[in-house]
Amino acid sequence: MIWLDTIVQGLLLGGLYALFAAGLSLVFGIMRLVNLAHGDLIVFAAFLILVVVDTTGLNPFVSALIAAPALFAAGWALQRFVLNRVLGQDILPHLLVTFGLSVALQNGMLEVFSADSQRLRSGALESASIDLGPVTVGIMPLLTFASAVLVIFALNRIFYATPLGRAFRATSDDPVTASLMGINPKSVFAIATGLAMVTVTIAALYLGMRSNFEPSIGPARLIYAFEAVIIGGVGSLWGTLAGGAIIGVAQTIGAQLNPEWQILAGHLAFLAVLLVRPRGLFPRAVD
Amino acid sequence: MLETRGLTASYGQFKALFGIDMTIAAGECIAIIGANGAGKTTLLRSISGVLSNSPEMILHNGVPIGALPADAILKRGIAMVPEGRKLFPSLSVEENLLIGGQVRQGDRRWNLETVYELFPILRERRLSPGTALSGGQQQMVAIGRALMSNPELLLCDEISLGLAPVVIRDIYAALPEIRKTRAAVVIVEQDIARALTVADRVYCLMEGRVTLHARAAGLERAAIHAAYFGAGE
Repeated sequence: MIWLDTIVQGLLLGGLYALFAAGLSLVFGIMRLVNLAHGDLIVFAAFLILVVVDTTGLNPFVSALIAAPALFAAGWALQRFVLNRVLGQDILPHLLVTFGLSVALQNGMLEVFSADSQRLRSGALESASIDLGPVTVGIMPLLTFASAVLVIFALNRIFYATPLGRAFRATSDDPVTASLMGINPKSVFAIATGLAMVTVTIAALYLGMRSNFEPSIGPARLIYAFEAVIIGGVGSLWGTLAGGAIIGVAQTIGAQLNPEWQILAGHLAFLAVLLVRPRGLFPRAVD
Repeated sequence: MLETRGLTASYGQFKALFGIDMTIAAGECIAIIGANGAGKTTLLRSISGVLSNSPEMILHNGVPIGALPADAILKRGIAMVPEGRKLFPSLSVEENLLIGGQVRQGDRRWNLETVYELFPILRERRLSPGTALSGGQQQMVAIGRALMSNPELLLCDEISLGLAPVVIRDIYAALPEIRKTRAAVVIVEQDIARALTVADRVYCLMEGRVTLHARAAGLERAAIHAAYFGAGE
């Protein structure tokens, strides 16, 4: 029974990693841009939610709702005025720029918010749980996982059932031909990054409610997000959810065997999947 | 309606067009012929905005559009069927058509229904991935996709390239229907005989220059030969 509990807890933890990864997966899938500042943007979003909580006294959920449009705008502007300029055949410029952004964000946050650990307080929700017979699950992990499924489902609907999603896929296939259809690839990319920042807001909400955060923890979140995207297969949103779940389960199984193995087990699972399926579990057919 | 004035274009150091002067009137059908490397595709890529030029080199209804990007050109009513068809692999046949009319719908004379009437086979294959179709059917999708924006000028680059003669005949059979909508059509074509049967006027290019400009009707073989291969050869 302990193993069933371990796997369920791992799956739920995977929801958090999938949330970290959803925005990265979206951006990488559409414009092949690896945003090395993704983890720091999650931490930045968490601080922004904290600022809203502190100034308005509202609960973190409502505060995230308020922060989301601002973060959409920030993502849009970041893409429009910075990242669009460095996109191209050569991957080095955008890696350098996003790496620089990562360093600048960490130091900027350190300056403004100090190195103190912070947390988004959610009251009774933090320790609430429900008994599901053989296993007991926390409400917060359950909410995290449900949010991840919802985010992936919503992104999938946008991708495959709306004109915007059609433009995303067409631009991802062939930006030059997409522009012959009247689509401005740079605008499409800006909207995609804006949308990614909305998913970053949701990831930040759960990051901040489930654990302490400080300006320096972004890069570690990036690693989990990146692993989830690669395990799932580039461009597959449901694959990203599966990738998150695999890392989560590997971590809880590792921790069950020996508490020191938790983090290592997640990375080993990533390497194992890469060995067997180098293109990930659900690679998009056209890549 | 459209005019190019001393249009030049280059790819880095390599100069592909040397001062092309050309006019296209509303509703007209123009054929551009010439050997490989003559600059035909470069000319269409310049007009459609894929290649950027000086603004004044291309005028649309008197407005300089030479420096506009491709998406702005499409919004002005100039659509292109690119060489090699370039369907979007991630999109179904129907989605490929829909994306053609997503930004500009024009007078809506062309819509999903009318495109399916023009090419009935596409209705049967509408849910297939665009790239799963035969070459001829893909070409129909590419033409339908461009029509969905209801262009006043349709640029067709090598629409018969690599297709069987019977398929080419079917595709060319659609041209009169397209011209009924008063759209001007520019076809870049290797098959000179076929181009001459549909075109009002012909431009022949050689090494980036216009070597022949004439009405298609009654054009002598010898004149085409001289323009195509160079006089005296």
